[in-house]
Amino acid sequence: MEPSSHPIRVVLAKVGLDGHDRGIKVVARALRDAGMEVIYAGLWQTPEAVVRTVGDEDADWLGLSILSGAHLTLVPRVLQLLSEAGLDQVGVLVGGIIPESDIPKLLDMGVARVFGPGTALPDIVAFLRERSQPSHA
Amino acid sequence: MSTATDCSAAERWLQESAAAPTRDVPPTTVSSVPIEPLYTPESLNGFDPETDLGYPGQYPFTRGVHPTMYRSRLWTMRQFAGFGSPRQTNERFRFLLEKGQTGLSTAFDLPTLMGLDSDDPRSLGEVGRLGVAVDTLDDVQELFAGINLAEASVSMTINAPAFIIMAFFLANARNQGVDWRKLRGTIQNDILKEFHAQNEFVFPPEASVGLVADVIEFCTHHVPQWNTVSISGYHIREAGSTAAQELAFTLADGFHYVDVCLARGIDIDAFAPRLSFFFNAHNDVFEEVAKYRAARVLWAGMLRNKYGAQNENSWKLRFHAQTAGCSLQDKQPEVNLMRVAYQALAAVLGGCQSLHTNSMDETLALPSEHAATLSLRTQQVLAYETGVTNTVDPLGGSYFLEALTQQMQHEARAYFDQIENKGGMIAAIESGFFRREIAESAFTYQREIDAKRKIIVGVNVFQESDDKPLETLVIDAAVEKEKVENLRKLKARRDNSAVQRALETVKRAASAKQNVMPAVIDAADARCTVGEIMNALTDVFGRYDGAAKW
Repeated sequence: MEPSSHPIRVVLAKVGLDGHDRGIKVVARALRDAGMEVIYAGLWQTPEAVVRTVGDEDADWLGLSILSGAHLTLVPRVLQLLSEAGLDQVGVLVGGIIPESDIPKLLDMGVARVFGPGTALPDIVAFLRERSQPSHA
Repeated sequence: MSTATDCSAAERWLQESAAAPTRDVPPTTVSSVPIEPLYTPESLNGFDPETDLGYPGQYPFTRGVHPTMYRSRLWTMRQFAGFGSPRQTNERFRFLLEKGQTGLSTAFDLPTLMGLDSDDPRSLGEVGRLGVAVDTLDDVQELFAGINLAEASVSMTINAPAFIIMAFFLANARNQGVDWRKLRGTIQNDILKEFHAQNEFVFPPEASVGLVADVIEFCTHHVPQWNTVSISGYHIREAGSTAAQELAFTLADGFHYVDVCLARGIDIDAFAPRLSFFFNAHNDVFEEVAKYRAARVLWAGMLRNKYGAQNENSWKLRFHAQTAGCSLQDKQPEVNLMRVAYQALAAVLGGCQSLHTNSMDETLALPSEHAATLSLRTQQVLAYETGVTNTVDPLGGSYFLEALTQQMQHEARAYFDQIENKGGMIAAIESGFFRREIAESAFTYQREIDAKRKIIVGVNVFQESDDKPLETLVIDAAVEKEKVENLRKLKARRDNSAVQRALETVKRAASAKQNVMPAVIDAADARCTVGEIMNALTDVFGRYDGAAKW
């Protein structure tokens, strides 16, 4: 018998000072409608707080939204802290305003995918479903 | 008297239109309001041109707040600008003035907007990225260096620390020898929309509104030509609201500020004439024009009939418009030039007093000089080549427009009732009412796009596979280092006991529920920083986290 799959658990957060939350809330809603468990950690999260939430919530994925241009400071910090907390297996997605030239840098650091403006919601859902494994202890 | 021929023309049209094919995309406005194929005199519900249309410059100002509008004076071309250091922003200001803009508009960086100094740990990586970094009075002096503040019109987009930046601006003007009565401009100072949409709030709602009122009160007495608030719908729309929500929530915010100022005993005709507004100019031309016209009618009606303002200037809704940032796309960005042009057209057909046109590269970065020039030229072509400025309210009398204008007012009034039923503005904020409405509209809109019931050129149709990247503005990371170092030096050379005394005075004023402005102006002179003043008040008011989550 195959292991049963639990709903995909996603923590969504905004790190840094950027307070533009239209996109992240729309994504949260779409993922919930698609049957995933979404924990929206909210605005102004420090990298430390986000990683704590990811650990506490036993998340499969972390989605970060950054429109402020501070992604090359904040994302590496989050990835480092995830690694230090033994949470390397958590997939990281980034959305917001990320210049084309910075996308390869983020992917090289370990970000699974960058979803820019104009991304269709079904594409995010499909990506997560495709990449998520059935649950394991 | 209707004849058999009249009846059959209408009947014929009904038959022909019922039989005609319809395109796939539903004929709705950007806000998903269904639109009829044809508007006729019958579309207007009890429309009386004398009371509903009237004359421009006269109640209810449907057609415009001035009798001759752009025939006498064009709208102010006021491009939002700011990045990096005060010196860099000053250079961009002069660049834009040289290219023909007629008013200044200041963009501050996220730390400044949130009341943090450049050396605050939370500011790391954020200094100067989205606007100019301002920490002290010296920065404001540098920002406006070489600009004659007695002649220029200056707008500053800042909210939670607006009272501080206003104090810095006034202290700087005074130090430059400029009489405050000569100062013209606007400070956004609209904290309510932060709770609804933009999230740049720090203190709880009531304390925050008190600070808004402090600026209104102080400037009413000392800076008579200053627009004390720019009551904003722009950000509400950017967060995903419909046009009717933008209209209703903005005006409701305005009414609340009026209520608060009246409760302080300020004479309505003293402060109301200097309340100004700021609306979004989105894609749907007629919906936007109807929105602006409805706004003027609704505001005039409330100020005259409910609040009993006597001064006609209290009834006039004057507004700045900005083309919709949320409509810009990162795919085929040059197509944004066209979007902005049509949006600017809507703002002008709607009678705006001041306009900012976005740059084509703003989905990717802050505007490059080239893109900033093109966005200004968009306004100039509109003003000088299209002829739409030749007459007032050129679309007035259109059955379509007048029907939409009526409909907008009707929808807005329904929202006013809802807000009242929830116990008023503050209670509605704390119940999450505005945020839920906006989030719902935002989600609906995205679903419409994903389902191709709304088309976005280059995004869900007419895509290009080999989009050539634009050269965009890069913010120099050295700016942050420089600002942090400047702060260190400043803190070393200033009189730090004077600083402490000044901060204590600010705190005492706030605790005693006095107007904080005089104390904050003194604190400016003592070289207190934005962050220090905000921290002093955080001790009094506390920090608000309530609305920050889903």
